[in-house]
Amino acid sequence: MSQVFDKLLDVRGLNCPMPLVSARKEIGKLELGQILKVVATDRGSVADFQGWAKVAKNMEVIGQETETTNDANVYVHYVKRTA
Amino acid sequence: MMDVIAEETLAADPSRMQALEGKLRDLEKRLAHVEGQVAEDRVALVVFSGDLDRVLAAFVIATGAAAMGQQVSMFFTFWGLSVLKKDSQLSGKTLFQKMMALMSPGSSTSLPVSKMNYFGVGAKMLRSMMKQKNVNSLEEMISLARELGVRMIACEMSRDLMGIKESELVAGLECGGVASFLADSLKSRTSLFI
Repeated sequence: MSQVFDKLLDVRGLNCPMPLVSARKEIGKLELGQILKVVATDRGSVADFQGWAKVAKNMEVIGQETETTNDANVYVHYVKRTA
Repeated sequence: MMDVIAEETLAADPSRMQALEGKLRDLEKRLAHVEGQVAEDRVALVVFSGDLDRVLAAFVIATGAAAMGQQVSMFFTFWGLSVLKKDSQLSGKTLFQKMMALMSPGSSTSLPVSKMNYFGVGAKMLRSMMKQKNVNSLEEMISLARELGVRMIACEMSRDLMGIKESELVAGLECGGVASFLADSLKSRTSLFI
């Protein structure tokens, strides 16, 4: 999937709850409708972003994918600011 | 057409109109009551423990909830007050309060772990393991929580009982009692006692 995005957030190497917290901070800086691409190595972030989307009123997760490079998984989340 | 007929019938029967108005008022009252009881986007945590691992869990939940858009309040009581201490003072305390001050951590950096502490070796081990795994330290989590607007309330009764002075605690705290916790927790979606 080659999803377009407006800003890239690299939280590779960071652990819970940092991917969530950093993404939250970044999404506040976006304009309405803009998309943040989050790149993480924390496997838990996949479920965390889904959980966040369930309760959040200002964002939605429009896509998630897992990329494998050199046997290491990278979890990518596309988050859209909706309010 | 139906409305016109309904209005005419109602106008012809003022007692029915009155009864309906009464019912409406009653419903509005009940709705207001229900609205007052609906949970808000809030999370309330009691931090009773002064154990590094438990306190860390509390701060992970607090910062995570804040990031998810919840208003978070943390109430620190009894051993949890150690987390908020910046140093220990002995002057002006009773004998027991001095003993307590000497035997409890002087700040968040010297909290023990709940299991396998072995006089602080366990806590040091856990901290170095966290560093290795790139997990935020407790102190980083505390400042992150502040940055995200997490409210921190120091329990007045246990602070006074244990003789911890306000000057021993970090700045920027609120003080409160059981009612200030309950006022928040009764409005919260989640309340935890850690």
